Amino acid sequence: MKKVEAIIKPFKLDEVKESLSGIGIQGLTVTEVKGFGRQKGHTELYRGAEYVVDFLPKVKLEIMVKDDAVASVVAAIEKAAKTGRIGDGKIFVLPVEEVVRIRTGERGDQAL
Amino acid sequence: MRTCTPWKRSIGLGMVVGLGALAVAAPAQAETGPTAVNAGDTAWLLASSALVLLMTPALALFYGGMVRTKNVLGTIMQSFFIIGLVSVQWALVGYSLAFAPDIGHFVGGLQWVGLTGVGGEPNADYAATVPHQAFMVFQMMFAVITPALITGGCAERMRFSAFVWFTILWCTLVYDPIAHWVWGMGGWLHDMGALDFAGGTVVHINSGFAALAAAIVMGRRLGYPSEPILPHNLTLTVLGAGVLWFGWFGFNAGSALTSGALAASAFTATHLAAATATVSWCLAEYLGRGKASVLGAASGAVAGLVAITPASGYVGPMAAILIGGGVGFVCYWAVSLKHSFGYDDSLDAFGVHGVGGTFGALATGVFASKAINAAGGNGLLYGNAGQLVTQAIGVVATAVYSFVVTVIILKIVDATVGLRVTEDDEITGLDLSQHGEVGYNL
Repeated sequence: MKKVEAIIKPFKLDEVKESLSGIGIQGLTVTEVKGFGRQKGHTELYRGAEYVVDFLPKVKLEIMVKDDAVASVVAAIEKAAKTGRIGDGKIFVLPVEEVVRIRTGERGDQAL
Repeated sequence: MRTCTPWKRSIGLGMVVGLGALAVAAPAQAETGPTAVNAGDTAWLLASSALVLLMTPALALFYGGMVRTKNVLGTIMQSFFIIGLVSVQWALVGYSLAFAPDIGHFVGGLQWVGLTGVGGEPNADYAATVPHQAFMVFQMMFAVITPALITGGCAERMRFSAFVWFTILWCTLVYDPIAHWVWGMGGWLHDMGALDFAGGTVVHINSGFAALAAAIVMGRRLGYPSEPILPHNLTLTVLGAGVLWFGWFGFNAGSALTSGALAASAFTATHLAAATATVSWCLAEYLGRGKASVLGAASGAVAGLVAITPASGYVGPMAAILIGGGVGFVCYWAVSLKHSFGYDDSLDAFGVHGVGGTFGALATGVFASKAINAAGGNGLLYGNAGQLVTQAIGVVATAVYSFVVTVIILKIVDATVGLRVTEDDEITGLDLSQHGEVGYNL
């Protein structure tokens, strides 16, 4: 089992969700986050004074998948979240040791 | 001639300048003496008093939107609470100190303490056609908003108890005497002929320089200017500016103290100056930084209203447009000065009210015309350069007195109560540390 974590542009969330639903993903967790990468921040102007805002709003998705689904999930996110401009985000894949469905007590792949 | 007082401009002006309907209605009032209450004048003055009252909660929104989330209630409270505090001070002593019979051209006496003798009979010295109590309550709303304006200079760091003591002392020792100088019978600026129709000197220069003193004495906010300290909700600020604009019609047009041509003229001048300054501040921003901001539009409107305040009853519509156009550029430049000087006038109370008020007071000395208000005076453009000098004396005297006495009061409050919240409380925010609540539970 793997966890696919993706940081994307907030306005791409719906497209990514549709794309993941299309390949049979049944659940995901979304968090509103702030951060910066190569895009850096932006400048805001208040009464003539410039302020550099370093942390930009992004959306973080977390999806637990079976090992054989990782490639298709990553591809789906990559395709849907891409604008080609700086700041599109990143995708991380991490190993997951155990998954438990609390209601039934199922473990591992059964719980996904 | 008592040139400085709109209160003195009795309804007889209607006859002097031959203004149609007013002239027809006026003689009965003017000739039957000071005890005749005019229903129209009284209705307009009471409605204006309510309009001016609304400016203080509007200021709470204007300022509240510009601070950080953790200080929104503390900032709003500093305006809203003042409505309660200063209204009571005004009834107990403030009105008497400002308007009762003169002591040494400096302050009013104690004859009207507790509003003794301030009742239904008009006071011919101030407003001959409305109950004395209506004039008193109208003036009360001015006394309320003035200290609230100061809180913009020292936002996000003042201890609430210190704020309460400061406000009581400041109203008693600064506002009330200066109101007497300019508007009270026998006040020295009043006798000199300084023109201040609705409070450019008494309200805006006064609060602006007090705010500068407060910003300097209290020091910068933690993190200023190394960390960005950004407005948390500019939608509140724009709504506040809009309601201020609305209330300002009571402030300026109400200062005619009569319901006629002069009120209409002041209303028109007020609106045009605010409108022009909204555009000119945005234009200054666009030329300077390439973008016109919404905060700039709101700030421009307020700057325009500030600048036209002393002039509103003495200038025509085209002069109002020139004043509004000028002040948008002047105040946009002024608010950038704080970055050079390093003081933290957090919400630009000095940059907008101190500088805008000064600009307006001097502009009054340029554009004032007896053709608009026979009880006023002629300015530089109408061949009376002396008026500009008188205006400048009023500006300097008010600025110096306000600044110096404010510093003294702040030092006293600091030594006794302590002006600033602790560092921990400042990091936590005023809402939780001073009031035990938060603005947003989302």
